[in-house]
Amino acid sequence: MSDPSVKSTTRLSICLLFPDLLGTYGDGGNAVVLAKRAEWRGINAEILPVNMGEAVPERCDMYLLGGGEDQPQSEVTSILEQSRALHKAVDRGAVVLAVCAGMQILGQSFSIAGSKTRAGLGLLDLTTRRGEGTRAVGEISVRPDGEFGYPPLTGYENHGGVTTLGKTARPLGKVISGRGNDDGSKTEGVIQGKIAGTYLHGPVLARNAQFADRLLEWATGDHLAPIDDSDVEALRDERLAATSTAKRRRFRRASSGA
Amino acid sequence: MAKVAAPNPPPRTRVAALAGRATAAMSRALGKGEGSVIGGRVTLVLDPHGLENLARSRTVAVVSGTNGKTTTTSMLSAALQTIEPVATNLAGANMYGGMVSAMSSSRARLVVLEADEGHLPKTIESTKPRIVVLLNLSRDQLDRVGEVRMQAEKWRNSLDKFPNIVVANADDPMVVWAGQIARSVVWVAAGSSWRLDASSCPSCGSQIDWNGGEWRCTSCELRRPEPHAFVTSSTVAARRVGGEVRVPIDLRLPGDVNRRNAAVALTAATLLGADPLAAAQAVAKLEGAGGRFASVKISGCKARLILAKNPAGWTEALRIAQSDVPAAVIGINARVQDGRDPSWLWDVPFEQLAGRFIVATGDRGRDLAVRLRYAGVDHVFISDPVNAVQTAAQRAGSKDIEIDVMGNYSAFQEFRKVAQ
Repeated sequence: MSDPSVKSTTRLSICLLFPDLLGTYGDGGNAVVLAKRAEWRGINAEILPVNMGEAVPERCDMYLLGGGEDQPQSEVTSILEQSRALHKAVDRGAVVLAVCAGMQILGQSFSIAGSKTRAGLGLLDLTTRRGEGTRAVGEISVRPDGEFGYPPLTGYENHGGVTTLGKTARPLGKVISGRGNDDGSKTEGVIQGKIAGTYLHGPVLARNAQFADRLLEWATGDHLAPIDDSDVEALRDERLAATSTAKRRRFRRASSGA
Repeated sequence: MAKVAAPNPPPRTRVAALAGRATAAMSRALGKGEGSVIGGRVTLVLDPHGLENLARSRTVAVVSGTNGKTTTTSMLSAALQTIEPVATNLAGANMYGGMVSAMSSSRARLVVLEADEGHLPKTIESTKPRIVVLLNLSRDQLDRVGEVRMQAEKWRNSLDKFPNIVVANADDPMVVWAGQIARSVVWVAAGSSWRLDASSCPSCGSQIDWNGGEWRCTSCELRRPEPHAFVTSSTVAARRVGGEVRVPIDLRLPGDVNRRNAAVALTAATLLGADPLAAAQAVAKLEGAGGRFASVKISGCKARLILAKNPAGWTEALRIAQSDVPAAVIGINARVQDGRDPSWLWDVPFEQLAGRFIVATGDRGRDLAVRLRYAGVDHVFISDPVNAVQTAAQRAGSKDIEIDVMGNYSAFQEFRKVAQ
């Protein structure tokens, strides 16, 4: 774990929060991607998984939360509410990536089983309610907010939530294909301070290397040199082509059916 | 076990079954595969109660779980065949069409049905099985099957007031929670090398405390039940009044996971009246069902086919894979039957393959290639499966060195198609 008083770019601590509870969709892979991409730049990174029953550290550089089921989602919210460690870390400027259920937890409130509403951690200005229609399941592509300067995000969504952003939160981007926040705004995810939230699995950082590097730059304050990502590029091309084909097909079906 | 009359379904079911068999025969003649599923579906269209009617007055055992259900079904069938003929689904045809076809193409009184996890509740309701076998529950095809605890809850609801016997895995908290509601449960220590889906209690949500093979919820009553049967290094052992009975077991099928499947199958077979020793001998001789663990040649290269569909299955498969051969092939698809989202690749400890050369192939071989890069595993992506095998054989040094060719469901089927 790094000591903030001697913050150096040669040591990066990545806290993976509750992979045992929020590890349903392979999102733990985000930690591996961040650690490896840091190491490949000569930054000594370590992953600290925190499982149920273990104390949440306050002084890590990055915190990751993934997707999970209703009951574990509630459990994690209670633990983080009581510990306040994540709140302190955010106040200190730690970078957070929260995926799916993880993003909902950080909001003002979310709905759980039986449409009861539960208070979230209040770290993100958003609320989530349970959608009334079918779950959003499938490939998704997103055009990120221009100022982030990276190409479309690709991922896989699988959720039943409808997320609405408040005034102090910005979307991560606009949905090109898929459902995203699904509240009619065509937005996906959230950016607020150094917290990024998204519905994208894949894991999101495995499919979107530049997004991973941006989060690393937030955490280290360094500009990271590009590395050879040709395998990721090949995967991205394939996935983005697949979503645009699916979209065209849907469009064709809709227009021929009308 | 009392003898009953041969099954005699109502006329409508017999006509529907006949039409189904005709469709299956036509489908086979047209070279469209075994035809069992389509034939069964035709039967079900003509007689929506086909499953129920065909199962009436037969002794049915149903096997379900995320992993090992095809192998365990074939083991239980082989074990019961030591008593009398058995009707069972073709390897992996585990939805209603496949089950109906199994029963309409045979008049056997004993029936062993493999049921897809999601199809288990209705299968129990329709076929009124004498025994339900529950192997394990872990993440698989989250886009289709749904989350693990939800699935466990559906199983549990369907077993509430179940009047007959449940044979269930004592090592899997999800299975224990789902199965223990039944009136009569025989527990088998069938193992769980995958614990990520069972770290919180399915009943109350608190932490589950694991201590070696033992586990218990830290707040409610849920805990590992004392198993009635378990495996030792060379036997399947069962506790019974006055002591323990041990049956030697020496399988052709590789891996601990298959010895544990055998323990489950032998327990269920014994409960249905099979002699344990005869049953064990029948199970020991089995080759893999549906091409699993088959030694084949692909374009002249020796290969052993291994099927793994989800993180728990891959964790077992990587254990079985030979570490002394320097190259292997892994194929990954994400078609409907595989689940559309291969994010689970990141749950598999591919880091264990470091030092070996892996050829990634399949529709989603590029996802695997990225995963292997981050796992520090030397690899190449080759989309054509035959080419992939040739490349791995070259790296292994000779076409005569048997390489492991592993795939998830539809990728495995592609390997079988090109195998000689």
